[in-house]
Amino acid sequence: MYYRYMSVMVNKHSKVIVQGFTGTEGSFHAQQMIEYGTNVVGGVTPGKGGTTHLGKPVFNTVEDAVKSKGADTTIIFVPPAFAADAIMEAADAGIKTIITITEGIPVKDMMKAKPFVKQKGATLIGPNCPGVITPGEAKVGIMPGFVFKPGRVGVVSKSGTLTYEAADQITKAGLGVSTAIGIGGDPIIGTSTREAVQMLMEDPETDAIVMIGEIGGNYEAEAAKWIKENGNKKPVVGFIAGQTAPAGRRMGHAGAIIGGKDDTAIAKMRIMKENGIYVAESPAEIGEVMAKALGVDA
Amino acid sequence: MNIHEYQAKEVLKSYGVKIQEGIVADSPEAAEEAAKQLNESTGTSWYVLKAQIHAGGRGKGEIKETGSRGVVLAKSLEEVPEKSKNILNGTLVTIQTGEEGKFVKKILVAQDVYYPGKSEPKEYYLSILLDRATGSNVIMASTEGGVDIEDVAEHNPEKIIKEWVDPALGIQPYQARKVAFQLGLQGNAFKEMVKFIMALYAAYDGSDASQFEINPVLKTSDDQILAVDAKVNLDDNALFRNKKLAEMRDLDEEDPLEVEAGESGLNYVKLDGNVGCMVNGAGLAMATMDMIKLSGGDPANFLDVGGGANAQTVEAGFRIILKDPKVKAILINVFGGIVRCDRIATGVVEAYKSIGDIQVPIIVRLQGTNAEEGAKIIDESGLKVTSAITLKEAAEKVQNVLKG
Repeated sequence: MYYRYMSVMVNKHSKVIVQGFTGTEGSFHAQQMIEYGTNVVGGVTPGKGGTTHLGKPVFNTVEDAVKSKGADTTIIFVPPAFAADAIMEAADAGIKTIITITEGIPVKDMMKAKPFVKQKGATLIGPNCPGVITPGEAKVGIMPGFVFKPGRVGVVSKSGTLTYEAADQITKAGLGVSTAIGIGGDPIIGTSTREAVQMLMEDPETDAIVMIGEIGGNYEAEAAKWIKENGNKKPVVGFIAGQTAPAGRRMGHAGAIIGGKDDTAIAKMRIMKENGIYVAESPAEIGEVMAKALGVDA
Repeated sequence: MNIHEYQAKEVLKSYGVKIQEGIVADSPEAAEEAAKQLNESTGTSWYVLKAQIHAGGRGKGEIKETGSRGVVLAKSLEEVPEKSKNILNGTLVTIQTGEEGKFVKKILVAQDVYYPGKSEPKEYYLSILLDRATGSNVIMASTEGGVDIEDVAEHNPEKIIKEWVDPALGIQPYQARKVAFQLGLQGNAFKEMVKFIMALYAAYDGSDASQFEINPVLKTSDDQILAVDAKVNLDDNALFRNKKLAEMRDLDEEDPLEVEAGESGLNYVKLDGNVGCMVNGAGLAMATMDMIKLSGGDPANFLDVGGGANAQTVEAGFRIILKDPKVKAILINVFGGIVRCDRIATGVVEAYKSIGDIQVPIIVRLQGTNAEEGAKIIDESGLKVTSAITLKEAAEKVQNVLKG
């Protein structure tokens, strides 16, 4: 049997736990992930250890889940006030991939949790993100699985529904997705655009990359420069949401705000073009631009 | 969330930051009383009257009705009521408010701190803000105080001092000393500046702020260091644990439609265009606005209905968008994942019927789970609603509607 050991972040061998397992969100999405075929080995809800939920064991601590089930990946649905604590608990227990869905975590909490995770040698995705999916292998997130058909285009995105949109267009262009990484729309996130792009560049299952950004921060510019410095090894299609967003207003995502002149969509699109990235001007053209970049008929 | 200058100064003072003392007033009589009290507590005999609105450029701004500036100096107690009257209940227009300006409910009556003495008073710039690139806090300081710091950054970047603070450790005294030395201070003024910076960081950190900007910071003629103005941005996501700060929210400073949307659980930002939109997800919402522009229209708003879009949220969204008289068309763009498109379509039809008389054309683009069923419900509803499935199709339909 052929295994995709090289797939990015998550695959069918990932041993996934759900933190905030018995809550409304946690339960709903855990069920969806199990139905998708994700290897969910249990969940954590402090005080409910020893019980069973959705046919899987519940643990009091992440440490117990790691010891008992060998969990290596977690998805966090814990409410914002307690989410940074949940992230640090996972990192301390030896979890290697920490995917945080929770929206609304105070920035100050994330500024402390992020370096802690790094120090423990783990990778943090999010917060405020849809998660990660390797189609046909594992979905560790809240995205609708059926939109993502297996294929060889990697996706990195700050946004949820816009990621689904891109995946759908990629599929309609006759292509498919290797791994889609939703990095999140908060000001402080665990994995930057550049880091996610690098994982896909190094993944032998990925031939091309879609990079979806938005106003605010310097992540897209940093990624674009890295792509050029590393020889534009795979075609990259970029889109930046918020060309029409006014300065100084927060557009839904906590991080989507134009502070300085480098934060604008226009500036980011210019930097992407300068670094050899195929820029889709309209969100309706992401699939087409990718097909052209790969030289296939859409 | 933003707060007023007088509120920001209360916060600063509670952390031991020295400020230009002042008392807030909402009538000329209250202003006069405030001035008397200030005279007793600080000895000042000149008074600075400062309009309290959430916008910068108040000093150069003008009150539409009276021609008064937004910040004026009263050189005697007698001048206070008259000059206050020219600001209070007026509309202040500054470079940041737009032409419509902002209504002034309150003024801050402040002590004069530019009095003559042993040395010349000097203005500095100081701010602490979140640096997203490094995930830490950065102190920015400059000897060029009292002017627009963006200008300094562009023309004299070497005049901006930066000191990064590890968020886990907090500020260390050597960092405050470094900044104070680089500002060229010495003697008592140096010691006061070090204390000022340490206390300012404590205020920033303790308030879960994303920015504290003090411009100007004044070295007085007797070597005190004071915050003369203060601009503060707070992290909305941390207000749950900062109750006192949360109470400082001034709803009158916000757009009434945005407040109403917030109460319905919708994330809405009012813009100036002619095509309204309603979308699930912030990124897709921004992308939809961009697409409207590329189709020859201008987005009238940003509106994210969130993950759990249903008939109630769709109706609330409709009502808010329709209150904007500039709106000539509405585009609903939903990518159904967990949310099914047929449910959204039913929600749109129900909301439409419940509102009744909708005069503008509506384009509903539904994609994802049960998209075809959704389109069918829209097409068979008999309402003035057009369906689309791909984003491209939606863009073309917006274009057609705008052409008339």
